[in-house]
Amino acid sequence: MSRRAAAEHRLAWLLCAPAVIAMLVVTAWPMLYAVWLSLFRYDLRFPDQRQFVGLDNYLSVLGSETWWQALFNTLLITVGSVSVELVLGFVFALVMHRALIGRRLVRASLLVPYGIITVVAAMSWRFAFDPTTGFVNALLGLDGAWLAERWSAFFVIIQTEIWKTTPFMALLLLAGLTLVPEDLLRAARVDGANALQRFFRITLPLMRPVIMVALLFRTLDAFRIFDTVFVQTRGAQGTDSVSIVGYNTLIARLNLGLGSAVSVLIFVCVLAIAALYIRGFGIDLSRREDA
Amino acid sequence: MENRVIMAPMLSRTRFITGTIVSAVFSALLGCGEQVEQIPRLRWYVFAERSGAFEQAAQDCARAAHGRYDIELAALPTDADQQREQLVRRLAAGDPDIDIIGMDVIWTAEFAQAGWVLPWQGEPAREAREGRLASAVASATYQGRLWAEPFTTNTQLLWYRSDRVDTPPSTWDALFGMAERLGADGTIEAQGERYEGLTVFFVSLLASAGGSVLTSDGQHVSLEEAPTQRALAVMRRLANSPAADPALATAREDQARLAFETGDSSFMINYTYVWPSARANAPEVARHMAWARWPAVMPGRPSRVTLGGINLGIAAYSRHPELAFEAAACIASAANQRIAATRGGMPPTIAELYDDADVRTTFPFAGLLRDTLRDAVQRPQTPLYADVSLAISHTLHPMRDIDPARDAGRLREAVGRALRSEGLL
Repeated sequence: MSRRAAAEHRLAWLLCAPAVIAMLVVTAWPMLYAVWLSLFRYDLRFPDQRQFVGLDNYLSVLGSETWWQALFNTLLITVGSVSVELVLGFVFALVMHRALIGRRLVRASLLVPYGIITVVAAMSWRFAFDPTTGFVNALLGLDGAWLAERWSAFFVIIQTEIWKTTPFMALLLLAGLTLVPEDLLRAARVDGANALQRFFRITLPLMRPVIMVALLFRTLDAFRIFDTVFVQTRGAQGTDSVSIVGYNTLIARLNLGLGSAVSVLIFVCVLAIAALYIRGFGIDLSRREDA
Repeated sequence: MENRVIMAPMLSRTRFITGTIVSAVFSALLGCGEQVEQIPRLRWYVFAERSGAFEQAAQDCARAAHGRYDIELAALPTDADQQREQLVRRLAAGDPDIDIIGMDVIWTAEFAQAGWVLPWQGEPAREAREGRLASAVASATYQGRLWAEPFTTNTQLLWYRSDRVDTPPSTWDALFGMAERLGADGTIEAQGERYEGLTVFFVSLLASAGGSVLTSDGQHVSLEEAPTQRALAVMRRLANSPAADPALATAREDQARLAFETGDSSFMINYTYVWPSARANAPEVARHMAWARWPAVMPGRPSRVTLGGINLGIAAYSRHPELAFEAAACIASAANQRIAATRGGMPPTIAELYDDADVRTTFPFAGLLRDTLRDAVQRPQTPLYADVSLAISHTLHPMRDIDPARDAGRLREAVGRALRSEGLL
């Protein structure tokens, strides 16, 4: 390496250093501390009884029905909401992309739900589905307590998530749509491809990287769902998500060891999801020109 | 001190902001010196009480202290779980802002064991016990020491419709029989949601059947086979009875109250607050509303019902513990308990007050209430109560699917794991 290259290399590290240090302090340290705590039997109420237990907390979590139940619930909510969001998001993105009149108005109004705080949205939907105060039962001529039964409670939670985050999906996909060259679509049209063929053969393949990134973001987000479930059911009727389990263990029971083990396991799940997308579906988050 | 910087109207906005910041910093710097002359301000963390009875007690006590201390209320949520979450976070961090704590009876063991409240000793302890109901004193006692002063108490009664029922049922079996014979109007309202109230229901049934959740030292699981199965059988029978409310699995105290106030139910298990509520919201129903002792599980053995209420603890990190003890004693005095009862509807812990004319007007069932309180049962007195309660309510929900023989074993296992702080709940 020439002297000049070495100097540049050093400069690069120097320029990155503030960001790296900040990340180490605010991200890496708390995560490592959580891993460290998860190896102890440690209750905030009885700090003197702190005791090293190795992997016992993990065995305890992985051996419990509650964890697997919550993991299943979380995956159900994730798959249920993200898949519908993708389809709806595409529809919205196409509408925003093709809107001829009132383009700004269409875009702004589609984005409104995303601007609403999750807790507020969750509360609104809880009241909407409430048998006494809500409009949903009146509208559908039904009489059920939606949040009192497991599957209807899941329905309410998932639809709240969809309502809330579809705009985010639509926005990302809209950015992807603008990347599809008009010329290509016109050429296909000249060759006799109909609208459906153009969408599936040209638009979709070209947008694949964008779709994958959008799916990755939303899946990671949906997997960590907490507020909607907390507000709407507090995890009752078998709707616990993994984050709710973590909250109950850490905040309600003050069990730092076990709670940290749950948090670390959630982190591992998130890593696994990210790895699946990046390795399995081949997303390249840092696409280079020459690649 | 806030007027240190006197604003002239022509002052620009920027200068105003700068001025405010400067004055804030200035008073913060001088703060230490000034506080010596100020009246110590005691912060009383307690649930937001709507009638203003607590506010009244705080003002009266501060006035009686002649400038030695002032009491300021810090409102907590009304939900007991959320009160605890907020308090516990502050206490675990050693927050000195808390002086007096309105402690739910179930927190005594946890707060005492963790060293978050100071024990009551000597003369103040003797006075705090004097004339108080034994069960209320027991709720504030852990390992032989008093950790809080008994302030208000509460328990459940059986409420029924006197126009449909001549003599109230004395046992659960009799209750089911009567309710089912009444048909559509016979509905029984109770608490069946997966929350702490379900634990309360189970503890009352278990104690009435002669059992207990933990051994008397609070260290091990008791849950004797026969009483546990008997209690579980009542829960199962209730949830599968045609007289059960269809929404039992999501009913808390308030859902039960609202359902009873519609007039379509004939029986309800609930706390005393339903009486003033019905009189205000549903006078038609209140006219025919009568009360009886909580039904027995076994004939001839009076029911034992779970005790509620709040006691006053002194936070371990308080800056003025001496004054806080004094203030708490004043707040829980007979005069203030009378106000809490007549104005706020919270039954007193001083036994004599149940003969007081004003209290009798508020609680026409005062005699029955005192008898029930005398036989009341404590919820498991362990620092791990929150865990134990989660284990019980999670295992027994929904009540319609309980199988007494199988679930007695599952329950013992779940409570055992909770006591060992093992596993998720």
